[in-house]
Amino acid sequence: MKFKEEISIWFFIGICLLVNGVLISAAGLYEWFIKPPSRPVVLYQLHANVWWGAVLLIAGAVYCWKFRPEQHEVKAELQVDEGFEGDTCKING
Amino acid sequence: MIAVLLFSDTSRLVQLAPVDVAVIVFYFVLVLGIGFYLKHRANTSEDFFLAGREMTAWVAGLAFLSANLGSLELMGWAGSAYQYGILAAHWYWIGAIPAMLFLGLVMMPFYYICKTHSVPGYLQLRFGEGSRGLSAISFAFMTVLMSGINMYSMALVMKVVLGWDIHFSIWVSSITVAVYVALGGLRSAIFNEVLQFILIWAGALLIPIMGLLEAGGWTNLKAQIARNASAEYSHLWSTLGSANNNPMGIHWTGIVFGLGAVIAMGYWTTDFLVVQRVLSAKDLRSAKMAPIIGSVFKMCVPFIVILPGLLGLALLPVKLVGEDVAVATGGHSYNEVLPLMLARYCGPGLLGLGITALIAGFMSGMAGNVTAFSTVWTYDIYGAFINKKATDSQFVKMGRWCTVLGVLISIGTAYLVMRFASIMDYVQALFSFFIAPLFGVVILGMLWKRATRQGGFWGLLCGTLTSVGLWAWVKVDPTALRYVALSANARSMAENMYRALWSCLISTVVTVVVSLMTDPRPESELVGLVYGATEIPAEREIAFYKRPIFCAAVVTVIFIALNVYFW
Repeated sequence: MKFKEEISIWFFIGICLLVNGVLISAAGLYEWFIKPPSRPVVLYQLHANVWWGAVLLIAGAVYCWKFRPEQHEVKAELQVDEGFEGDTCKING
Repeated sequence: MIAVLLFSDTSRLVQLAPVDVAVIVFYFVLVLGIGFYLKHRANTSEDFFLAGREMTAWVAGLAFLSANLGSLELMGWAGSAYQYGILAAHWYWIGAIPAMLFLGLVMMPFYYICKTHSVPGYLQLRFGEGSRGLSAISFAFMTVLMSGINMYSMALVMKVVLGWDIHFSIWVSSITVAVYVALGGLRSAIFNEVLQFILIWAGALLIPIMGLLEAGGWTNLKAQIARNASAEYSHLWSTLGSANNNPMGIHWTGIVFGLGAVIAMGYWTTDFLVVQRVLSAKDLRSAKMAPIIGSVFKMCVPFIVILPGLLGLALLPVKLVGEDVAVATGGHSYNEVLPLMLARYCGPGLLGLGITALIAGFMSGMAGNVTAFSTVWTYDIYGAFINKKATDSQFVKMGRWCTVLGVLISIGTAYLVMRFASIMDYVQALFSFFIAPLFGVVILGMLWKRATRQGGFWGLLCGTLTSVGLWAWVKVDPTALRYVALSANARSMAENMYRALWSCLISTVVTVVVSLMTDPRPESELVGLVYGATEIPAEREIAFYKRPIFCAAVVTVIFIALNVYFW
């Protein structure tokens, strides 16, 4: 592969989901346990920001781990060797 | 910047918490970071304008769809769903899916095999410089207008929802797009479009989930819509037998032939903004699969766009009105339904993500327009007519400058667009001006060997003039609507559908007639350009379930099932 040093787009996406997941779930937990809002949103009792943030966090962590740059190089080579046509991750896209 | 985000005027719908601002700022940092990271990968024109033709089917497919998920998709169509009901979903299903499959299966082989850099580039190979010039100039004009509309829409939302200064929104977002596109070219735009696609879903998906929970499911939602508006608002086809029986004032022929057969085909198969993403695919199979993958996600987009509009119709305590009335009375317009639903369900953090989703949608649409504009300008205007001996490095340099120039023109356009009341209708008019006639000419060029250079040029010119002429006719004499749209009750969207249909028909007829009157090109010159003169590589070695034709068949079955279910 000619672009071994490249970081996969999916790794960037993992970072994005992970950071947003941490921020959103933390905000939800703060609101739930420390300072409840004076004007809650509709269906506040479901605490959507806690579980939605957790979903993003887990998805982001999985993507970051699966497409972390070191492992990604090896995986991309394997894909090319097997004639796999890139429906998950590729170094260049 | 952070101060502006936190402390803005008090007439806003929602108040951002510090965590929301952190989410938004992180998004801007990330997209700029990707642009800087990919800077070294945009050294040749192939890199800068076509991302090195290295994208996988998934990345090209998601970017193909994301470039279309601009302001109109997220905000405008949610507003249209509130205004017209589920009929707005036609623009996602019959108004997209058949066209996307047609692009993947029929047209992509010709675009890809001839190695063109752009759609006007294909016209040059098939019909000569005249058609290319006409198409390139009209496309460049349309693209900067579209980009301006994107900016204006975004700035308007940010002003209404968050109270941000309209000029601040326009300049910050456009400078960000200009930086990451000018640095990394199409590769940077595509990477960010995939990121934006994920963010759009992450930020918008919660609204329909929470909305359906509040409404008590789809059946209860329909009952509530019937009480608040009319039962017709939740039917996709059954009210289209007469233009008088549905909120849009359109007959099914307008939807099927005007939207499905002309506007959608024209947009998804010849609008370079979306086709450019597929041209970046690494091989022919990926290029064929990319639109098919895009079509799967396109079928799902109504869940985050149309459904929130319908939920707004059923659940919002205030009644939304048209833009003019909203301005006069201080009420909320249809276009605000999505932000209103966002504010209804999303607390701190989620609100920031939802706003980021809106910004991401606007920026992906804007970046799509800017990259397409710079490519067409550089290859089809600068390289073809201004500097025919330009070197590769000059092309890249021109591409970078054009990116900045395109953004600046778009900013100017955004200020002009502020004068127009209806964003959606205006854009639909633009489509019918330039895209509909182009489709007639391109499809004849690909499928009919007898089509000639003269036929292509005159077909394109006459089709465009017909569309502009019909638009002007109705503007001067509104009663002409009964002839143009086949109904005096037709709304502007229905008028656009029929205008597109007529202009495509005229361009097709003129192309055929002029071609038959002029000398055909020898078949040897048509290799790689026309069906019957081009050998398409076989896919026998690929498992049947991985073949584009099989995947397209599965998508078609789901598409039919959705239309029957919501009939």
